[in-house]
Amino acid sequence: MILNNEQNKSNIILRVKNLSFYYGAFQALKNISLDIEANKVTAIIGPSGCGKSTLLRCFNRMNDLFSKSKLEGQIIFDDLDIYSQSIDPVLIRSKIGMVFQKPNPFPKSIYDNVAFGLRINGFAGNYDEEIERALIQSALWDEVKDRLKDNAYSLSGGQQQRLCIARALAIRPDVILLDEPTSALDPIGTVKIEDLVNVLKNDYTIIIVTHNMQQAARVSDKTAFLLSGEDRCGILIEYDYTKNIFSNPKMKETEDYITGRFS
Amino acid sequence: MNLNNSVFDAKRGHRLRTKIEGRVVYLFVGICAFITLVVTFAIIWNLVQQSIGFFTQVSIIEFFTEKRWSPILIPKSFGIAPLVAGTFLVTVISSFVAVPIGLAVAIFSAEYAPDTVRKILRPILEVLAGIPTVVYGYFALTFVTPLLKIIFPEMIIFNALSAGLVMGIMIIPFVSSLTEDALIAVPNSLRQASYALGATRFETSIKVVVPAALSGIVAAFVLGLSRAIGETMLVTIAAGATPKLTFNPIESIQTMTAYIVQLALGEAANGSIEYQSIYAVAILLFVMTFSMNTLGHWIVKRWRNVY
Repeated sequence: MILNNEQNKSNIILRVKNLSFYYGAFQALKNISLDIEANKVTAIIGPSGCGKSTLLRCFNRMNDLFSKSKLEGQIIFDDLDIYSQSIDPVLIRSKIGMVFQKPNPFPKSIYDNVAFGLRINGFAGNYDEEIERALIQSALWDEVKDRLKDNAYSLSGGQQQRLCIARALAIRPDVILLDEPTSALDPIGTVKIEDLVNVLKNDYTIIIVTHNMQQAARVSDKTAFLLSGEDRCGILIEYDYTKNIFSNPKMKETEDYITGRFS
Repeated sequence: MNLNNSVFDAKRGHRLRTKIEGRVVYLFVGICAFITLVVTFAIIWNLVQQSIGFFTQVSIIEFFTEKRWSPILIPKSFGIAPLVAGTFLVTVISSFVAVPIGLAVAIFSAEYAPDTVRKILRPILEVLAGIPTVVYGYFALTFVTPLLKIIFPEMIIFNALSAGLVMGIMIIPFVSSLTEDALIAVPNSLRQASYALGATRFETSIKVVVPAALSGIVAAFVLGLSRAIGETMLVTIAAGATPKLTFNPIESIQTMTAYIVQLALGEAANGSIEYQSIYAVAILLFVMTFSMNTLGHWIVKRWRNVY
C-alpha cells in the first residue's frame, strides 16, 4: 500500500495547488487543487462557463496573454512552480503543448506547419524525419505524405485538427493540452481524434477539456468535474478515476451533471 | 377583427412609405455614383483628346525612346525618360523610408503596443497624414536639405534625395495604417497557436502574423508608392526642375508631376506643343498610378488568405 502510494506520487507530472484565477476583478477559478498523472488522459468536464478552459490555459500560461489576468496558488511541473518569476513562459509552452477548439493551422504548407515549432525552438536535426514522426503519431501521415507542400487549408477540418496535433507533437512536449479538440469536427473526425488520444497517452500526458461527457468517459482515465456557482466562479467539485466519476460519483452535483439532471 | 384590419392597414401604409423612400434614396445614390463615373470618363477623355494633339506631332516611339526632355528650349526634344526616371528615383527613395518604418510602426501598433500607447500613436500618425504637402515641401527644402548638405557638401539645393526622404515620411501614416489593418485582420487563433508552440512575441509577429497578412502588406506598399508617384507639391518645391536622366539622388531632377505644374504655371500657349505635352505626361502618369492601384487591389484579392 505504501509502495503503491510512492509509485503514484512519482507518476504525478503536474500538481495544481490552491489555484485561484482572476480576469481583472472577476474571479474565474477558486482554490483548485489537483494532481495530473503522467501518461494518463485527464478530462476536465463541466457546464459552459465553469472555467474549464481557463484552468487548462493555466497549465501553459496562455492566460498570460490576457493583460489583466492574475493567478494565485501554484502549478508544479518538474519540481518547478511554472508561475515563479524565474520561469520563462515561452519555455513552459515548448514543454506543454496545446491544441485548440477550432483547427488553427498556419496559412503555410503542411510541412511548414509541423516544422514551425522545430524552427522557432532552434531544432538542428533532421527536419524531414521529425516531421514524418509527428505526422505518423498524429495518424495523418498516410493522408498527406504525397502533398506535404500543399497549403494546410486544403485539408478537411478533421485533418487540420490532426495537423495541429502533429504540430504540437513535433517539439516533443511532455504534456498536451486539448481544449475541446473535437467541438468543430464531424463524428468521423471526432472518432479519429479520440482514437489518437488513446494511442498518444503512451508517450504523452494528456489533459482534455470537453463539454461532451461521453467523450470524457470514452477517452479519459481520470476526470475532474468543475462547476460554477452563483458568482460564476469555478470550483472543483470532484476529481477521481473516470470510472468512479461516471459509475459512482461521490458528490450530488456530479451525479446531477452526468445524469443530465443539471439545470 | 377591426383591430387586425387597422394593424394591417398601418402596415400597408408603412410599406408604401418604405417603398417610396427606397426609390428616392436609390435614385439619389445612383445619381451620385453616376456623377463620379461621368467625371472620371470626362477626365480620361480630356487627357486622351489633348494628348492625341501631342502625339500627332511627336511620335510615341520618340516619346518613349528619346533620352532628353526639353519642351521649351531649342532644340526641342520630347523624351519622357528623364521625367520617369525622376519620378522613379524619388519614389524609390521614399519607399526606403516608408516601407520599413511603416511596417515597423504597424507591427508595433498592432502586436506590441498596449491600448493606451496605441491611443496616442494613432492620432499622432493622423496628424502626420493631415499635414499639407506644401508644408512637407518646405520642410524638405529648408530643413532636410541643409542637414543633408552636411553629409553631401556637393549636393544641389533642389535634389531627389531630400524630396524622396520627406516623401517617405509623408506616406508612412498611409502605409502603416493599411498595414496595421492587414495585421489586425489576422485571427488571434493563429497568434495563440504560435505562442502555444513556444514562440516569443517577436517570432509570432514576424513568422506568423506578417506572413499571414502579406497580401495586405504588399498592397499597402503598392498603394503607398502609387501615392508617391502621384505626389506633386513636395517634389515641385524640393526636387528641382531639371529633367535629367540620372539615378544620382543628390542631383536636381524633375518628376512628371512637377513638370506638369511648371508648365501649367508658365506661359505655354493653349494649343502649343508644350501645352499639349502636359497631357501626354499626365496620361502616362495616370496609367502608372492607375495600374499600381489596380495591382494593389488585385494583390489583396488574389492572395487573400483564407484563415
